[in-house]
Amino acid sequence: MADISADSVGGTPKVRDEYLALIQRKRLYSGVLLAVFVLLMVSGFLVANDRNAGGFLTGLPNIFDFPAEVVREAWVKRAELPGYLLRYLPALIETINIAAVSTLLGVIAGTILSLLSTRGMALWPRMIPVFRRIMDILRAIPEIVIALVLIFVLGGGPVPAVIAIALHTAGAIGKLYSEVNENASLKPVEGLHSVGASWMQRMWLGVVPQVAPNYLSYGLLRFEINVRASAILGFVGAGGIGYELRNSMTWGQGRFDQAAAIFLLLFATIVVFDQISSRYRNRLVRGAMT
Amino acid sequence: MSTKALALDPRKEAADRLFARKRLIAFSAPALILAYLTYIFFAFDIPGLAERARWDNAVILVSDTVTHKVHIERDNRDGTVEAAVEGERKGAWPEGTYPDWVAVEAGTTTIDLGDGHIITYLPDGGVTYDIPGWGFFEALPTRTEGIRSNLPEEVPDWINASENRIAITTEAGRLTVTRNRTAVFRYFAGWELFWFTLDSPYHGKGVVELLTGPRLVPERSNVAGMWDGFWNNNMWNHGVVAWALGETILMAFLGTMGAAMVALPIAFLAARNFTPFAILRGAVRRLLDFVRGVDALIWTIVLSRAFGPGPLTGALAILITDSGTFGKIFSEALENVDEKQIEGVQSTGARPIQRYRFGVIPQLTPILLSQVLYFLESNTRSATIIGAITGGGIGLLLTQAIITQKDWEEVSYYIILVIVMVIAMDWFSGWLRRRLIKGGEGGE
Repeated sequence: MADISADSVGGTPKVRDEYLALIQRKRLYSGVLLAVFVLLMVSGFLVANDRNAGGFLTGLPNIFDFPAEVVREAWVKRAELPGYLLRYLPALIETINIAAVSTLLGVIAGTILSLLSTRGMALWPRMIPVFRRIMDILRAIPEIVIALVLIFVLGGGPVPAVIAIALHTAGAIGKLYSEVNENASLKPVEGLHSVGASWMQRMWLGVVPQVAPNYLSYGLLRFEINVRASAILGFVGAGGIGYELRNSMTWGQGRFDQAAAIFLLLFATIVVFDQISSRYRNRLVRGAMT
Repeated sequence: MSTKALALDPRKEAADRLFARKRLIAFSAPALILAYLTYIFFAFDIPGLAERARWDNAVILVSDTVTHKVHIERDNRDGTVEAAVEGERKGAWPEGTYPDWVAVEAGTTTIDLGDGHIITYLPDGGVTYDIPGWGFFEALPTRTEGIRSNLPEEVPDWINASENRIAITTEAGRLTVTRNRTAVFRYFAGWELFWFTLDSPYHGKGVVELLTGPRLVPERSNVAGMWDGFWNNNMWNHGVVAWALGETILMAFLGTMGAAMVALPIAFLAARNFTPFAILRGAVRRLLDFVRGVDALIWTIVLSRAFGPGPLTGALAILITDSGTFGKIFSEALENVDEKQIEGVQSTGARPIQRYRFGVIPQLTPILLSQVLYFLESNTRSATIIGAITGGGIGLLLTQAIITQKDWEEVSYYIILVIVMVIAMDWFSGWLRRRLIKGGEGGE
């Protein structure tokens, strides 16, 4: 006992010194990291400010000019607002339809891709890296690129937007789903295999029931994201509420009351779907936990 | 026996009902989806799509992406002959010089398209085309009576002839004759002038020759000159494109990091365990919902009115939209922090600030970092889209190139760059996430 305590007393200063040196080194590293980060932020801001048409400080006081103008015009013509809301409802429905169809198609394609690229479930295990790269590329292409190219070939309208969003969704969903699949138990799959089930049957009866709540939850989240995406694509010519918004914006001053109606519709839609999807997602995930 | 059966009956019935319901769902869900897709099929007018689709545009897109053409044009009014890549001024051969398959002698221009296809511009303004397997074509544009030619009444479908315009498309190239202009297009595979334009002294030289050979321009080394010629190549504008890519990444970086910094303090106000005042908490949460609900599209439009087009506007649009999202994610993470660590730190006599610093932040850092880095990657993509709307970065170049509907090779070049950029950012953020979070766990 005495020996040990004497030993530890002799060793304490050394341990303490080492500990303090370690702390100091860590502080130095975090300090350098922080300095680099601040430097990047500041210089980045300056470059962005420099290359922008209007500067940050000159623009800052004007930030509420446009919203104020829109609100003022909408208020002056508030009697016409319900009419406008009704008029743009079909466009809004088109935007939601684009989002729904592309989510549906993207989820179906993404499910297949994810099953094909998960170890233990893949139909052709050697092809797993190929399907992973396909998903990476699908995810990397911004929707707007595919949409614009397809608009050139197929003409304006909802179809280019659907294809563009569906392709991107397939890549994004495929990655999320394959992470879900990794956590699924392989025992049902092996059991089904042992009784001679085909690959489709193994996946449909062995895997999908295990992962369905998570699939649905991610699918809903994706739908919410796709509503926003389809509004944006409309703005570049793919139909729906975004297209109407761009038209009403180009009419300029004096006609912003219609833009206000569209803003209102878009805002309400996004909030409603945000709330619905987050409520159902909570229920799904909590249900899966119990 | 009978009592037991009685007790089982309701359960069996319940089970049967459950099965019946599940069966109903199993059949009705696909049926509903099918019905919805049928509705969409007609609502989006898919049957009419085949008519509206411009497949010729698709052909142009693909062929222009993988090939380039060289124009040999003669102005029929003054007889000058010019050679240019894609017929563009900046891709023109210097005055009086031509590609080696074009020979100009005393007013006669002989163009050899290969495989026996020979086109000759005659000094009198006429043109002849020796088409193997068809015959000898002659034409003379005149001021008054259109184009005189030896074409028969019935022409094959690769010849398009009217009074004032004749176009002949063969596998070797294309000849168009109008009153004012006679032009030959010859198609080549690949992207021309990608490294250097024709006026650069480095054009058409081999890599080894340039790196080891003598200086082509005495004032500076070949490497410096090549860099200058490449960077300022006015056909492909590599310098401008590089700046645009940088702007896009800058928008994503500034927007994401700025949003994280704005959202962190707000998240404390929206978290149940840190803000006991329900009214304040509710107000902050509604504010976050509002910011998220006003979509990036609307923020972008509003901000570009105030700040004008450019990367700063895009960065601010990302910053504001993501502040809402981050605020929500961070406040949920804060509500899930373990109180024990905070109590432990408090028991050593730490002040509130120290309690946050050593009790809360270390628990929060991994979630915070991984979310921020995940958003950094996805915002690189958003920045491309926002750039297309506000006018900044690679998104602007891409939409401009698509809208002109001419330079599809540039469009595909930009698309490849965007994909490479996003994949690189994906890889980088993943690498950083692994480094920082693993390092954090090891050290704490």
